[in-house]
Amino acid sequence: MKKTYKIDVDCANCANKMEQAAKNTDGVKDAVVNFMALKMKVEFEDGADPAAVMQAVLANCKVVEDDCQIFL
Amino acid sequence: MKLTENLNKKQKNLLLRVAVAAGMLVILFLLPLKEYPLLRFALFLVPYLTVGHDILKKSWKGIRNKQVFDECFLMAVATIGAMILGEYAEGVAVMLFYQIGELFQSIAVGKSRRSISDLMDIRPDYANLEQDGEVEKVDPDDVEVGSIIVVRPGEKVPIDGIVVEGTSSLNTSALTGESLPRDVKPGDEIISGSVNMSGLLRVETTKEFDESTASKILELVENAGERKARSEQFITKFARIYTPAVCYGALALAVLGPVISVLAFHKTSDWALWSDWIYRALTFLVISCPCAIVVSVPLSFFGGIGGAGSQGILIKGSNFMETLANVKYVVMDKTGTITKGNFEVTAVHDGKDEQMEAAGILELAAHAECHSTHPIASSIRRAYEAGDAAVDTGRVIDVQEISGKGVIARVDGVQAAAGNLKLMEQLDVSCDACGSVGTIVYVARAKKVTGADPVSGAKADEDKTAGTFEYLGHIVISDEIKPGAKEAIRSMKDAGVVKTVMLTGDIRSMAESVAKEVGIDEVHAELLPEDKVDLAEKLMKEKSAQAGPKASLAFVGDGINDAPVLAIADLGIAMGALGSDAAIEAADVVLMDDDPRKISKAVRIARKCIRIVYENIFFAIGVKLLCLILGALGIANMWLAIFADVGVMVLCVLNAVRALFVKNI
Repeated sequence: MKKTYKIDVDCANCANKMEQAAKNTDGVKDAVVNFMALKMKVEFEDGADPAAVMQAVLANCKVVEDDCQIFL
Repeated sequence: MKLTENLNKKQKNLLLRVAVAAGMLVILFLLPLKEYPLLRFALFLVPYLTVGHDILKKSWKGIRNKQVFDECFLMAVATIGAMILGEYAEGVAVMLFYQIGELFQSIAVGKSRRSISDLMDIRPDYANLEQDGEVEKVDPDDVEVGSIIVVRPGEKVPIDGIVVEGTSSLNTSALTGESLPRDVKPGDEIISGSVNMSGLLRVETTKEFDESTASKILELVENAGERKARSEQFITKFARIYTPAVCYGALALAVLGPVISVLAFHKTSDWALWSDWIYRALTFLVISCPCAIVVSVPLSFFGGIGGAGSQGILIKGSNFMETLANVKYVVMDKTGTITKGNFEVTAVHDGKDEQMEAAGILELAAHAECHSTHPIASSIRRAYEAGDAAVDTGRVIDVQEISGKGVIARVDGVQAAAGNLKLMEQLDVSCDACGSVGTIVYVARAKKVTGADPVSGAKADEDKTAGTFEYLGHIVISDEIKPGAKEAIRSMKDAGVVKTVMLTGDIRSMAESVAKEVGIDEVHAELLPEDKVDLAEKLMKEKSAQAGPKASLAFVGDGINDAPVLAIADLGIAMGALGSDAAIEAADVVLMDDDPRKISKAVRIARKCIRIVYENIFFAIGVKLLCLILGALGIANMWLAIFADVGVMVLCVLNAVRALFVKNI
C-alpha cells in the first residue's frame, strides 16, 4: 500500500535525510521525499498499520532533522 | 512592501534577525573597543546570538540525537571556534551570511514552487453544478459522473465531459501550449483545464474530478520529482560522504598541521602556530556544507519539468529528463506522428473495361465494409456518405473479414470483395496497377448473378468459388502529412539526433514517398505489430553500437497499440495524448497535442535542464574543492569560505531557476 503525505522542511539535504530515516523505519518498504513538491510517498510493508508506522516515521525524521513536519 | 509580501512568518522573522544583527555588527566595527576586551566580547555576543541562537540550539539537539554532522553543527563549531580565537567579527559574519544564504534559498525555492504552479495553472477551484434547475457552486470533488455542470465564459472547465448545450471556443494553451482556440458544439468532448472563452456551455460530466485530465496532469507533474535522476542520486550520495569527510579533514588539519610543521619544518610549537592551523580547520568546516549542491539539482529538474509542462510536454520523471537529453535515435510510427492519421479517399478509379462507374464502386465498397472499424473502412464510408447517400446495412449480409487483407460480403445478394492486392491474389483477380501514392483498396464482384432474392437470397447461390470474381476498380486512400512534419525532422537533426526511423504497416511505395518528403533516414514498411517489436530491439542494439551506451533511443507513437514498443525503447513518447488515459499511462514523455515539432523541443528543454544540472554540480564542487585547498594552505580566510558556501549556493539557485524558461528554445 502506498500513501502520500504533505511535509514541511526547509532544506534539500534535510529532505534527503528524512527520506533515509523514513526508509529505515520498520514497516516501511520504501519511501520517497519530493522536496520540490513537499511530499512524502510511503510504501508500507504488507500488514503494517499505516497510522502507527507513520508515527514512528515522524519520530525518526525528528531525530535527523528537528525542524521538519509531516502532516498526518 | 513587495519584497516581504510573499514571505512566510519564519522567513520574515529570520529577515528581521539578519537585519538587526547586520546593523549591530556595523556599529560594533566602528566603536573604539580595543582597550576593553571583555566588553568587546560581550557586545559581539549580542548580534551573534540574535542571528544564530537557533543554529546553536539545533546543533545541540543534533549532538544529543547522535546526528552530529549536519550543517548547524558545522556552523556552530566554526563560529564558536572563531570567537575563541578572538575573531569576533568573523564569527558573527559567518553566522550572518549562513543565515542570509538559508533565507535566500528558502525564498528562491518557494518562488519557483509558486511559478511552477502558476505555469500549470489548470487546477479548477469550483464547479457550477446544475441541480433541479438551479446552479450551485460546489467543490469539483463532489460532482458525480453524469451530472450537468455549467461553464461560463472566462471559467475553467473543471471536469472532463461532453457538451450538451451551447457553443463556444476553448483555450487549451495551459494544457497543450497551443494558442489556437478550439471550437466546441453539443456532442463534443471537452477536457478539464481548458478555459471557456465565449459562450455558456452545459456539460455532462463523464469522469470524476480525480480522474479528469487536469487532475491527472497536475499529479503527474508534481510526482515527477519522485523518479530521481542519476545525477540526483549521485549528489545525495556525495552529500552523505562529503560532510563527514571534510569534518575529519578539518580535525586532521587542526592536529596534524601543527605537528608536522614542528617535526618537519622545525617550527616552534606556540599558540600562534596552533591558532593558525585551527583557523584553517574552521575555514574547512564553513566550506563543508553541501546545501548548495543538494538543493540546486532537484530545483533544476523541477524547473525543467515545470517549464516543459507549460509547453504541453509532460515529462514523467527527472530520470527521463536525462534520457531525453541523450536521444540520438528517434523511431516514429508513421500514422499519428508524421501523418494525421485521418485517412481520406483521394480518388476512385474504374477498371479498364469500365464495368462500373466510380460512384458505384464507392457505393459497393462502402457497403461491403459497412461493419468494419478499420480507419480505412471508415474513410470509405465517409467518402460515400459525403454525398446525399447513406449506408444501408440491411443490404449487406454474409460479411467475412479476412485479417490483413480485406472483406468479402454479399451486397444486394451479390458477393463483393474489397481489400488489398493480397485479397485480389487470393481471389485470383487481375487488376490494374495504380500510379497514385496511397493505400489502394481494390474492389471486385462476383461474375454470375444468381436469380436469388436480392435481400435474403444467400442460401440459393453457388458462386463462392475463387476465380468467379471480376475486377471493377480501385479506391485510393491517402493519409495527409502533418504540416510541421518536415520542419520537425530537420529540427531533430539540429538538436543532435543522429538517425530518424519510420515504422509503418503501410505498403512500401507509400511509406517511402512519405519518408522522402519529410526527410526521414530509414523506413521499414509493411510491418505487422510483432515485427515492430523485433525491429525496435534491433534498432536498440544498433544504437548502442553506433552511438555509444549512453545514447538513447526514443520511440514516438500515438500511444494506441504501441505499448510493447514504448516499453522496449529507452524512452517512450506518446503524441496527441490529450484526453487519452492509456497513452498517458504507457509513455515516459507525453506530448499533449499532436505537433511533431514538440519532439525536438522536448529534447532541447531536456538538454538545457541537464546542462544546468551539470554546470551546478561542477561549479559547486569545483569552487568548494578550490577553497578547501586554499584554506588548507592558509590562503583562503573565512570570508572566502563563506563565499564558497553561500555565494555558490546563491549562484546555483539562480542558475537552476533558468531551467524554468523554455518558451523560446
